[in-house]
Amino acid sequence: MARTLITSPATAKRGEVIELRALIAHPMETGFRPGADGLLLPRNLITRFSCRYNGDLVFSADLFAAVAANPYVSFFTVATDSGTLSFSWEGDHGFAQTETVALAVT
Amino acid sequence: MTRVPGLLLLLAALGAAAQPARRSGFEDMSPQTRAMQRDDAQNPGMLWVQDGAALWERAPGPAAASCAGCHGDARVSMRGVAARYPAWDETLQHPVDLAQRINLCRERHQGATALPVEQQDLLALESHVALQSRGLPVAPPADERLQPFRVRGEAAWRERIGQLNLSCAQCHDERAGQRLAGSPIPEGHANGYPLYRLEWQGLGSLQRRLRNCMTGVRAEPWPAGSAALVELSLYLAWRDRGMALESPAVRP
Amino acid sequence: MKLALQRRELLQLGAAGGLALLVRPAQATAFEMQSAIANYASGAPVKTGKLRFDIPPLVENGNGVPVTISVDSPMTAAEHVTGIAVFNERNPQRDVVRFTLGPRAGKAVVATRIRLATSQQLVAVARLSDGTFWSHSVDVLVTLAACLE
Repeated sequence: MARTLITSPATAKRGEVIELRALIAHPMETGFRPGADGLLLPRNLITRFSCRYNGDLVFSADLFAAVAANPYVSFFTVATDSGTLSFSWEGDHGFAQTETVALAVT
Repeated sequence: MTRVPGLLLLLAALGAAAQPARRSGFEDMSPQTRAMQRDDAQNPGMLWVQDGAALWERAPGPAAASCAGCHGDARVSMRGVAARYPAWDETLQHPVDLAQRINLCRERHQGATALPVEQQDLLALESHVALQSRGLPVAPPADERLQPFRVRGEAAWRERIGQLNLSCAQCHDERAGQRLAGSPIPEGHANGYPLYRLEWQGLGSLQRRLRNCMTGVRAEPWPAGSAALVELSLYLAWRDRGMALESPAVRP
Repeated sequence: MKLALQRRELLQLGAAGGLALLVRPAQATAFEMQSAIANYASGAPVKTGKLRFDIPPLVENGNGVPVTISVDSPMTAAEHVTGIAVFNERNPQRDVVRFTLGPRAGKAVVATRIRLATSQQLVAVARLSDGTFWSHSVDVLVTLAACLE
């Protein structure tokens, strides 16, 4: 389980546009970089990030080797109903992780 | 613990040596990188801090106490601690830096083995403790027993080393503000460690950075954890005195 | 200027750490970038405008460059941004990141941190719900760390 840091408001007003920020610890090894022995370090990337709001996909990103290590994404969503925001990361070597946060909408 | 007359003299010396205006490496960075440091939601160092907070609560072994077991809430008990390291260790009779102190605690009070230098858990604990001093002024202890070590550290700072035959002072005292290969030369302060270095794509300690610098001038770097590195860190803490601690900082 | 950059890049190839630089003639990669953009737009014309691409003009370290892309759009069901993609000229691959948005985004503003192998041009492309594509390009100077590990 990689460390993650999700910043999202705990509460929001209905219709308010809220900012969501997600940071995950991951080397994002490009596959182009040689190690100390001169051989290329094998590729190990997170390739997809998605955010679901009560199950509905509201945002996604396809990440490539050019995304920095410990990838950070910031985006916005409209607060509609109270519920759960789930943040998912998928990548090479079967990497898959989901974190959820609660959102109370008044 | 400390002898009074010597202490008074030392305090006088420290106070009288008027600290010139110091410029943190933070000031040399672009606005975007500065934002990365200031914003805890974006600062990659916070991933290590988060790990450290979890490790703080976890006992290293079944019969051992966790850090929290003795020190309670780190936000209270560790406040100001990182700002006064390196500090004197009574048993070893020489200064130790924060990472070494954490390892000594593990060995002496938690029945655990010391973590290897630059190991992720050790960095996590160090960054968690250092965060509790963020914003506080670097306050090297006025302990006269540290003085001979500090003097050696300063001598190392001024000694020319490596194939490039450069001393730390030549770049970071005499040429701070000028450029080397397009990058601005910072004053070389240690007030943000452990920090997330973009070059490393990870968090690392002051010792790692100092060893990098030595490699940079084509010198054989001192071994990680060596006394010489602690002495240099001790001098740097004195040189940084009064500057706000920025841990976990972000640097290019 | 270009020759000096290539020589420095070749020298950097010998240095430990940092990114492996696979530098190819500028014309080849600029053409590839245009192809990648055309591919993303499925052949539709890509106009300049509507986008703001915030990136430091002088990058201290190519390993982590904060970028923010914002598109002027009401983000209603009728009129919104459906995607934002970033392309580069001189990294080993042209794609950087592709975001997918919808009216539920509320604001067409995305931010991330990217890697840049060397000084180059970057292009951000936005796809709107009406099928049009808009782009904005920036030229970025990348400096490399003087003292590598």
